[in-house]
Amino acid sequence: MMSLLDHIQGTAALPEIFLVVAAMALLMFGVFREKSADIVNIAAIVVLGIAVAMVIWGGEGRQEAFGGSLVIDTFARFMKVLTLFGSAVAIVLSVNFMKTEKIERFEYPILVLLATAGMMIMISANDLVALYMGLELQSLALYVVAAIDRDKAKSSEAGLKYFVLGALSSGMLLYGASLIYGFTGHVAFPEIARALAAGEPGLGLIFGLVFLIAGLAFKVSAVPFHMWTPDVYEGAPTPVAAFFAAAPKIAAMALFVRAMLAPFSGVLPDWQQILVFISIASMVLGAFAAIGQTNIKRLVAYSSIGHMGYALIGLAAGSPEGVRSVVIYMTIYLIMTLGTFACILAMRRKDGQVETISDLAGLARTNGLHAFFLAVFMFSLAGIPPLAGFFAKYFIFMAAIKANLVTLAVIGVLASVVGAVYYIRIVKLMYFDEPAERFEPMVTEVKAVVVLAGLFVLLFALFPQPLNSLAEAAAASLF
Amino acid sequence: MTITLGHFLTVAAILFTIGVFGIFLNRKNVIIILMSVELMLLAVNINFVAFSAYLGDLMGQVFALFVLTVAAAEAAIGLAILVVYFRNRGSIAVEDINLMKG
Repeated sequence: MMSLLDHIQGTAALPEIFLVVAAMALLMFGVFREKSADIVNIAAIVVLGIAVAMVIWGGEGRQEAFGGSLVIDTFARFMKVLTLFGSAVAIVLSVNFMKTEKIERFEYPILVLLATAGMMIMISANDLVALYMGLELQSLALYVVAAIDRDKAKSSEAGLKYFVLGALSSGMLLYGASLIYGFTGHVAFPEIARALAAGEPGLGLIFGLVFLIAGLAFKVSAVPFHMWTPDVYEGAPTPVAAFFAAAPKIAAMALFVRAMLAPFSGVLPDWQQILVFISIASMVLGAFAAIGQTNIKRLVAYSSIGHMGYALIGLAAGSPEGVRSVVIYMTIYLIMTLGTFACILAMRRKDGQVETISDLAGLARTNGLHAFFLAVFMFSLAGIPPLAGFFAKYFIFMAAIKANLVTLAVIGVLASVVGAVYYIRIVKLMYFDEPAERFEPMVTEVKAVVVLAGLFVLLFALFPQPLNSLAEAAAASLF
Repeated sequence: MTITLGHFLTVAAILFTIGVFGIFLNRKNVIIILMSVELMLLAVNINFVAFSAYLGDLMGQVFALFVLTVAAAEAAIGLAILVVYFRNRGSIAVEDINLMKG
């Protein structure tokens, strides 16, 4: 077995292989056994945990698999652990919800596992083929996951919209990939970089680069390719939206970083201006479009569009510091988002799930813990010190200023001031308005996620060093 | 007249543009959107194979085979989601996909 893996140079990709094999084994188990959803849920979480261990203890330094198609370095390891963690928490959050909504299916954790395998390939991708295959493995699983509540019109509409726009974006990405291949003669990132260093980049290559960025921007839901996000978040069941907001964003951002810096660092000015435009548009739209929302899931969707704009500032800087700030930003974003979605999941009354913002009115008087932690997440998403979200933005803006992108940093600060309006409106609603009908008590695992994420956000200021040095090592491995 | 790389790229670009426009301008039927997506992917394949022949490098053809495989899987999933949608709404007209504004 090991010698076969060695022969195909797949030893370094063992976590991915394990994840896919485990997903198929669980699929067989689920098919042949009645009422298997509970067992498959727990098994999927265990599998994700084992994959984390395999990633962490799978070796040091830079490894390659499949003839250089996949590269496993510190950056990849860190991002993979984040994605696996995000997927595992998304499954934990889904268990009780799926039961009460009677859409408990063993396929859900398996699709999450397959999507996660795709994300890990995306994070490690070191040539255009691996990039495309990883992206599609992730997307195909996600299309189905979005429509998992198949008897509800909204969920199937979310799946359909996500599918159509996702297929369009992967078409654009592929067209870009074909032009890059044609005008450099290579698909591997290091060889593309070498070909670019040898001669002037032609117009065809820049065209390909633009298409590639368009495809990637769709996956991180940056403006002008964000149209799907609010609809999918609103239409998909809440734990699915939590999954969409967490793990795939991390993977897509990691892929974006590697696909820009590994092959195209030689033509930095060419893609930098595109990224500057995308990130300004995302921040501004995220800040303004969220103000008028009444549905909390749509609000979080616009907020995540804005946050992707901030993270892209770090990438636009194109420096080790910029990448370090992106890594820190994505880590903190992941934890804030999971916490926020756990709070949204807890918005349940006797007659079912509610998701309008006005349902939160007076929450402080009916459920103090819920209101307190949701307020913490809202302040943190707005970037108010001393919460974790402030430090995330701080590192991003510092990196931008050092890379001479001062205008970008200023626009980012202004957009985050506008964004604070709608975050603080929710806090005001919870603490100063007349109470609405009280929610059902929180389920244990949801409460655990809320409290742990909340403590991380609150206490990050005291212990920033571990994350800082990990992010520094991750960024250094890319340059 | 000899057929050069430029001709192939032009055909592919035209097909790709038709595919993109097919997605955005079509107001009738979601199936047409699926066809437009296929058209885009096939335009990309023409690009890959033409470049591959021009560069004398096999990688482009390998990539084209991967794209074909993924396109098949994508069409299957798209049709499956479409069937689920049709069961819920009883229509697959594009203008009826409006439960959520966006």
